[in-house]
This record gives sequence, structure tokens and C-alpha cells, in this order.
Amino acid sequence: MSLKRIDLLICCGSGCVSAGSLKIKERFHEVLAEHNITSEVNIIETGCMGPCDYGPVMVIYPEGIFYKKVTVDDVAEIVSEHFVKGRPVSRLMLHDEEKAIAAQKDVPFYQKQVKVALENCGYIDPESLDEYIATGGYEALGTVLTEMKPQDVIDLIKESGLRGRGGGGFPTHIKWQMVHDNKADEKYIICNGDEGDPGAFMDRSLLEGDPHRILEGMMIAAYAMGATNGFFYIRAEYPLAIKRIKMAIEQAKEVGLMGKDIFGSGFCFDAEVRTGAGAFVCGEEMALIHSIEGMRGNPTPKLHILLCRSWGKPTVVNNVETIGNIPTIFRKGAEWFSSMGTEKSKGTKVFALTGDIKNTGLVEVPMGITLRELIFDVGGGMIGNHKFKAVQLGGPSGGCLTVDHLDTGVDYESSKNAVP
Amino acid sequence: MKTLADLKKIREKAQEDMKLRGGNVRIKIVVGMGTSGIAMGAREVMKTFLEEIAARNLTDVLVTQTGEKGLSSMEPVVDLIEEGKPKVTYGNMNPDKVKKSGG
Repeated sequence: MSLKRIDLLICCGSGCVSAGSLKIKERFHEVLAEHNITSEVNIIETGCMGPCDYGPVMVIYPEGIFYKKVTVDDVAEIVSEHFVKGRPVSRLMLHDEEKAIAAQKDVPFYQKQVKVALENCGYIDPESLDEYIATGGYEALGTVLTEMKPQDVIDLIKESGLRGRGGGGFPTHIKWQMVHDNKADEKYIICNGDEGDPGAFMDRSLLEGDPHRILEGMMIAAYAMGATNGFFYIRAEYPLAIKRIKMAIEQAKEVGLMGKDIFGSGFCFDAEVRTGAGAFVCGEEMALIHSIEGMRGNPTPKLHILLCRSWGKPTVVNNVETIGNIPTIFRKGAEWFSSMGTEKSKGTKVFALTGDIKNTGLVEVPMGITLRELIFDVGGGMIGNHKFKAVQLGGPSGGCLTVDHLDTGVDYESSKNAVP
Repeated sequence: MKTLADLKKIREKAQEDMKLRGGNVRIKIVVGMGTSGIAMGAREVMKTFLEEIAARNLTDVLVTQTGEKGLSSMEPVVDLIEEGKPKVTYGNMNPDKVKKSGG
């Protein structure tokens, strides 16, 4: 039992780290010691909180107060005013015209967002297995392994309407079913973390901010299709993501959440990280598989249009964000998931907002909200209230949309049809 | 860890450690920490609350603080907010009274 009365969550996503959040953390340790209240405050490094433009950002509980653009020099004031005297520092809060917005939940940036894959990102310590478990982590895996047959798992994903978040939007359950139906002595699952589109950092943030979620999702998928080995293919430019996933694998193995006979179900699973050298083409399934096999990352034709094979064995390649949705779908149900989004695009989508926009950062919104809402409500509109000209959507294989397309919904069908 | 029950045990302990971030809170104790409150010993009062809560293993009680409460002649002032009940304000608090109020 601790005497802690404050949880100080410091965003240590890559954006905030480059803006100096680690130095701020060190300063907090010093100042708390000066005030002799080290024992009363938990300092927690979290993954990306989202509003990168305001970095370094932090949230202070129990009040849930949100501070932006904090500098090392602000730390003394936060400690003496907020922590010691209970007077939150209004000048570090976001302001709506003249009024300070104290609580994180009231910040306009978050208002239209719905967090599923990013549920814990920026809220828990990604290096703590216990914190992931506290949010309900590994409960879905336990239930799946002890109460469901592999086919039930695939059927539930079918019912949820989950489609690949890497961009193609292929129904996830069809991929799983193909590998499930293919008899083989070994099968593999690969988590595609080869995110290479300029300005994109959705997958990196997820791997860095909530690694156990990706591990849990991968194991549920593996059980459904009968895979016993998994690979995380993560590019070398993402050292923190690689470190966090490796750490999560070690932690899970230590307590028996990965390895042999998980939850006493007889299901065995092992996973490892393979580092990509950063070739854009290796995000393509077959090129990625060849790279993992130790060969040159060349895309090659598949024998069957849907079925991938690595080392000749049936293999599923799922994107990080796709896998990140899976634990929550099993915890909250297929119906809950499919209640969000459009008729054909269910759930939410994570976006990285970059460019001449006020609130650059990491966001998650229901499928089908319009580009206008995404850019102006969540993103806060153009810097300096300049006129909006165009938005580039979906990386090099996507397209540019102009002001005429602002009412296009962000979902697979609408965005595909909008690109000329 | 071999069963869902094992997982649940770990979860309950872990949630307890994360209760400041919005767990299952039954009682919230708000200590007035304005200048007059601090001058009259509000910090000692708050520390005693934290210690007593820990000693009694009260997992659903949260201690937080606020600024000047305005009732300077009654400092330290403490609000006790229990779900579904009217707020109770205690004045002239000291560590001894904290220990009693917990009983």
C-alpha cells in the first residue's frame, strides 16, 4: 500500500521526447526531492498522448489536468503550486479564447475522438505488464483460449467487420480462415510494423505506447488460425518500438502468458522481433516475408491470391493497428465494435495528422467521419487560419484531395472513390 | 499464471495501484491547501490521512487537495465526499482528529 496521492503522466512518445520530456522528468525527480514529497507522487512515462504539437505534454491525476508545452523551468512552479498547494497552474493549460481548459477530457482535440486501439496509449506505462493487466489486459486471451474454439474466434471477428488497417481494408477474418483451413505442421503470424509512409506514425506509437496489446492480439489471432510462432517485423528506424516489444515478450514469458500451455489450454506460442532495414517495399506482404526469411525483400507472386507462405508454411500478415483492435473486440463484443463506423467500414481508424494544421498529432476517430471534421474539429484547422488547399491521404499509394472533397468520409469506400 | 482467476488476482492488485487514474473510488477526501491551510498544518493533516488509509488498507479512498477554501478561521479544512451522500466539511483539523475520523 503506497502513500501516493498524485499520478504524474509524462508523455514520452517520440515527439515529446524530442521536445525534451525526459529532461523534464529528471527535473521533477529533483524538485520533488527538494520539497520532500517524492513518496507522494508517481512519475509515469507513457506512450504518445496524441497532441504532439503541444509537446511536451503531461496529465496529472486524480484531477486529470492537462499541461502543454512544459519546459524544465516550469517544473518548480508545478510542484510548489499544484502538488504542494493544490493550485493547478493555469498558464500551462490550453486556452479556449480566454478560458483555461483544465481537464484533459475537455480539450477540444480529444472531443470527437474514440479510442479503441489507442485506448491505453498515453494512459499507462508501456513498460509495465501490471498496468496493462489493470486495464483488462490478457483477459480476452484467457477467455478465448479457455472458452472458445478457433472457428468461433474467426466467426466473431467476421461479425465485428474488422478489416485490415494497413490501408487495403481486406476483411481480417478471410485471411485467418484461409490459414485456418490449410492443414500444415506449422503456421506463422506476422505483425507488419513496416510503417514507411512519410509522416505516418500510427503503428510506431501503438508499438511504443501499448506493446502488450499487440502481443495479446497476435496470440488471439494465432490461436484462431493454429499458428504457434509469431514475428514482429519492425523497421530499424523504430528502436523504441523494438525495445518495447522485446521487453513485453520477455515479461509475458516470465509469467507464463506466452510460451507453453498458456492458461492451461494446451496452446503454445512464441514470438520474436525481426528488424527491417527500412525498405518501403517491405511493407508489401511477400517482400516482407522474404525479408524475414533472410532473403532480398522482393515482392513475388503468391500461388493463391490470398494465401501467403513463409518458409513454405501458411502465414498471415496483419498490420499493427488491425491486431491492436483485437483484444478490445473480444472484451467488448463484436456488436459494440460494429456499432461504430459506416455500413462497410466498422470501428475506428488511427491517423497521424501532420502539415500546416494546428493540432498535429496522433488521433483515433470513428470510420466515416468527414475529412472536414478530422481536419477542422480534431485538427483545429489551418495554422494562422489560412485557407485550406489540399490534404494528402494514405501515403504514396493514396492521393490528394482538395477543398471540394472535404465532406468525404474517412472510410475505405469513400476515400477510394474520392481519389480521382 | 495458469487460470483466469490468477489473472484476476493480479488485475485487482494492479488496479489498486492505478486508482488515482480513476478507479473505484467510494470516498474522496479533499484537503484545503491554501496559504492559511498550510500555515495551520494542512500538510500534516493530509499526510496523516495518507498514512491512516495505507495502514487500514482502505483501497477505495482517495486523498486529493484544493486551493484556498475561504474559511480561514477554521483551517485546516477538509471535505469528505462520499458517493450518494451530502458532502461533509470538517474544520480545525489536526492529525489526531484524522485518526479518529477514520475509525
